[in-house]
Amino acid sequence: METTVEKKYTFRDFQSDQEVRWCPGCDDYVILRSMQKALPEMGVKREDVVFISGIGCSSRFPYYMNTYGMHTIHGRAPGFATGTKLANPNLSVWVTTGDGDSMAIGGNHFIHVLRRNIDLNIIMFNNEIYGLTKGQFSPTSLVGQKTKSSPYGNTQPPFSPGELALGAKARFFARIGGNNPKDMTQILIEAHKFKGTSLIEVLQNCVIFNNGCFTQFTDKAVKEDKQIYLEDGKLMIFGKNRDKGLVLNGLKLEVVTIGENGITEQDILVHNAKLEDPTLHQMLVRLEYPLATGIIRSFNDVTLEEREDALTAQVKANSKFTKADDLFFSGETYEVK
Amino acid sequence: MITAKNNKPIEVLEAVVIRFVGDSGDGMQLTGTQFSDTSAMFGNDISTFPNYPSEIRAPQGSLYGVSGYQVHIGSVEVSTPGDDLDLLVAMNPAGLKTNLYAVKPGHTIIVDTDSFTKKNLEKAQYETNPLEDGSLDNYRVIEVSMTSLTKESLKDVAGLDNKSITRSKNMFALGMVYWMYHREKDHTIEFFNKKFKNKPLIIEANTKVLNAGYFFAETLELIPNSYTISPAKMREGTYRIIMGNTATAWGLLAAAEKSGLELFLGSYPITPATDILHELVKHKHFGVKAFQAEDEIAGISSAIGASFAGDLAVTTTSGPGLALKGEAIGLAMMIELPLVVINVQRGGPSTGLPTKTEQSDLMQAMYGRNGESPVVVIAASTPENCFNYAFEAAKLALEHMTPVILLTDGYIANGSAPWKIISVDELPEIKNNKVTEYDEDWHPYDRNDETLARDWAIPGTPNFEHRVGGLEKDSVTGNVSYVPENHERMTQLRAEKIKRVQNYIPELETEFASEGDLLVVGWGGTYGSLHSAVKQFNKDGYKNVGLAHFNYINPLPKNTEEILRKFKKIIVCELNSGQFVNILKMNFNGLDIYQHNKVQGLPFANSELIDQFKQLVK
Repeated sequence: METTVEKKYTFRDFQSDQEVRWCPGCDDYVILRSMQKALPEMGVKREDVVFISGIGCSSRFPYYMNTYGMHTIHGRAPGFATGTKLANPNLSVWVTTGDGDSMAIGGNHFIHVLRRNIDLNIIMFNNEIYGLTKGQFSPTSLVGQKTKSSPYGNTQPPFSPGELALGAKARFFARIGGNNPKDMTQILIEAHKFKGTSLIEVLQNCVIFNNGCFTQFTDKAVKEDKQIYLEDGKLMIFGKNRDKGLVLNGLKLEVVTIGENGITEQDILVHNAKLEDPTLHQMLVRLEYPLATGIIRSFNDVTLEEREDALTAQVKANSKFTKADDLFFSGETYEVK
Repeated sequence: MITAKNNKPIEVLEAVVIRFVGDSGDGMQLTGTQFSDTSAMFGNDISTFPNYPSEIRAPQGSLYGVSGYQVHIGSVEVSTPGDDLDLLVAMNPAGLKTNLYAVKPGHTIIVDTDSFTKKNLEKAQYETNPLEDGSLDNYRVIEVSMTSLTKESLKDVAGLDNKSITRSKNMFALGMVYWMYHREKDHTIEFFNKKFKNKPLIIEANTKVLNAGYFFAETLELIPNSYTISPAKMREGTYRIIMGNTATAWGLLAAAEKSGLELFLGSYPITPATDILHELVKHKHFGVKAFQAEDEIAGISSAIGASFAGDLAVTTTSGPGLALKGEAIGLAMMIELPLVVINVQRGGPSTGLPTKTEQSDLMQAMYGRNGESPVVVIAASTPENCFNYAFEAAKLALEHMTPVILLTDGYIANGSAPWKIISVDELPEIKNNKVTEYDEDWHPYDRNDETLARDWAIPGTPNFEHRVGGLEKDSVTGNVSYVPENHERMTQLRAEKIKRVQNYIPELETEFASEGDLLVVGWGGTYGSLHSAVKQFNKDGYKNVGLAHFNYINPLPKNTEEILRKFKKIIVCELNSGQFVNILKMNFNGLDIYQHNKVQGLPFANSELIDQFKQLVK
């Protein structure tokens, strides 16, 4: 549990003195600025904030934050972050990662950190490409996608990060366009509040190696018609005219138009992010039209720290050992005279 | 010769070596442990060596399923589990077949004849029954139908199932050996009472069988006399029997308490290191955070993460795991955080011989990382000093802000010996480099002038917010730097920092001779074997043969060269093909240096070492 403060920071307090070196026009700038704007709203002390990353464009993030930070090795940031959080549960620990870092080389750590539900926040910059190594296909690249390492088209079917995360028992999953700083900031604040591992997938455009990969969903002109922004307790309605909605038809989500075929608002599903059962969340994650964004799942569960703390308290209460000597001299000892 | 009350004489011996062998489910480890604990409490010096297959329950009766436990007890100093056996207890033909080679001619073998069935003989690949074909004529074989006698002794205990009955036959063997070596049964009976607190039937059965074995030996005419080994002259104090891996874990507990830091272990199960994890997870009452990760890499990653946040952080592993951790050790070295890496070496390469011992990870510990990435490398040399070197590893890591690799091995990790308990009060202070008072001129790579250790500014400390990472850092600000001169300066700084550890470690000492004809050199877990061989050699009339055993490998003790040059010849003995010998050759020119190497997954035998020494001195 992080301690909160009265002191009011501004986003400038979270800017480091390092020159930001991402390509001009990269969505990473949006994520950085959203984070720097979200932090003052969280009421957390700057010295209690830690950013931990692996390798890749996304992993340069800690250098640009005026907080504690550790730029580690490829794919392993969840392990480092777990150790940091277990060592000091008072810290607000953030992992920044990419689709290659978290789902290729770091796939194992990614699923296990989600399974354990330790109170960490993971921001995954998904651009469906390897940027820092200059343009190879990643575990989220599409079949047929031509990249430096798939000149004739990618033959490896992709992961859907949300699907994988929910399969790994993620309790908090949000998805947001990389060109939407306003909602992104809000989601970051919610992720911070959430006790447990929160995963935020940012649909992040790589201007150099995969430009426009999410334009069909995120472009300002189509965004409202192609995305549904989910909010807990609210109707699943989308569209420029707010006249489209989601209903459950058998085992499938279906798009309907309010006012057509006798459909009224009463027929439209209400989003419940807090459900333990992930079935509906999984359906939303899989949906291609409209693409689900916002906080899709936010199920409050016991965290790893809570389990550990309870167990430690119990062991301490029942133990006769308070210092190492008690142990060393216990049991079968004998005297030599 | 003394005479016991049943008029059988008692012969006094200086030391004996006994090995219990049987199927991996026969309880040989327990039998051996009971015998060694009882002997230790009687006051003998002891050394033990369990030798078991990597399969958990290998097929019954098979040659590769044989599990053994060797114990060496003495009224004199005992520094190894011993080579040749005075007594072999074989619970089945496979055990006899695989261990007969070690029995001294004329010495005793006890066998359970009930297990010498046609089927078991076939499984042990005996064409004829060795009990009948005369192949054991050079030994004193005591044939005992142990299974039947066990059953017979339990016929009045109602409610015992067949499995429990046959499983207690190891206690019949133990009872016999207790009588033969004049040991008290009390400790073992007490053990039953504790271990099977809620199973009174099992306590009764085991006690009955133990007594039955004891009295059987007493009356058996085949055993003409018993032996005794007087208490050894050991330093006054409170002792306990400790296994190397437990000692390692306890050394870490002591270091945490002494340094005032919380202990964090990030680990993944691997033979033969897992017992350290098993031990540390028990100690939540001391605030130990033991995290079993999803793999070796996550194990060390979590430890580095905990170190970043200010814990005394440790990761434990064995050879293949060390290979996986290489990249992360490089990071810890680069970001200059304290980290203890414990490698309980086993037979390599690859999966190798997981349950056997070897010293073949030395080069991996020294150089198994990309780029130039020096770390401190130290090695424990006995089961009980695993405690001291685990403590020392933590102390060096914290005081010098560096990863420290502690090498132990399967032999000392699983072996046990009497440990004169060290109270935490007796241990040296452990300082650390944490900073709390901020001043404007502070930089993340500010260093201690003496040690070159950088400051340890941990998250949660106001004003010290900073970033570390694997990219090369400016030598002052800690910001990412690609400046060529800076990289060279940092490379040299990192090397110099490790070199200066020399100023904080003890000088090398020699035993038996401080100058002379031959210096025997070893490092790590071979200390017991080398010590007893050199001692024996000097006793046999050779003079001026010294032993220099290294616990500090990187950096080497300051006076290493001075010591080496005092001897005409040097022989470096290692359980690998010659790794430490090359470190010495690389550092010191013009020495007349020889090597003796063994890579069989087994420790050195006394006789093979002495044969080697003889070739070098007239």
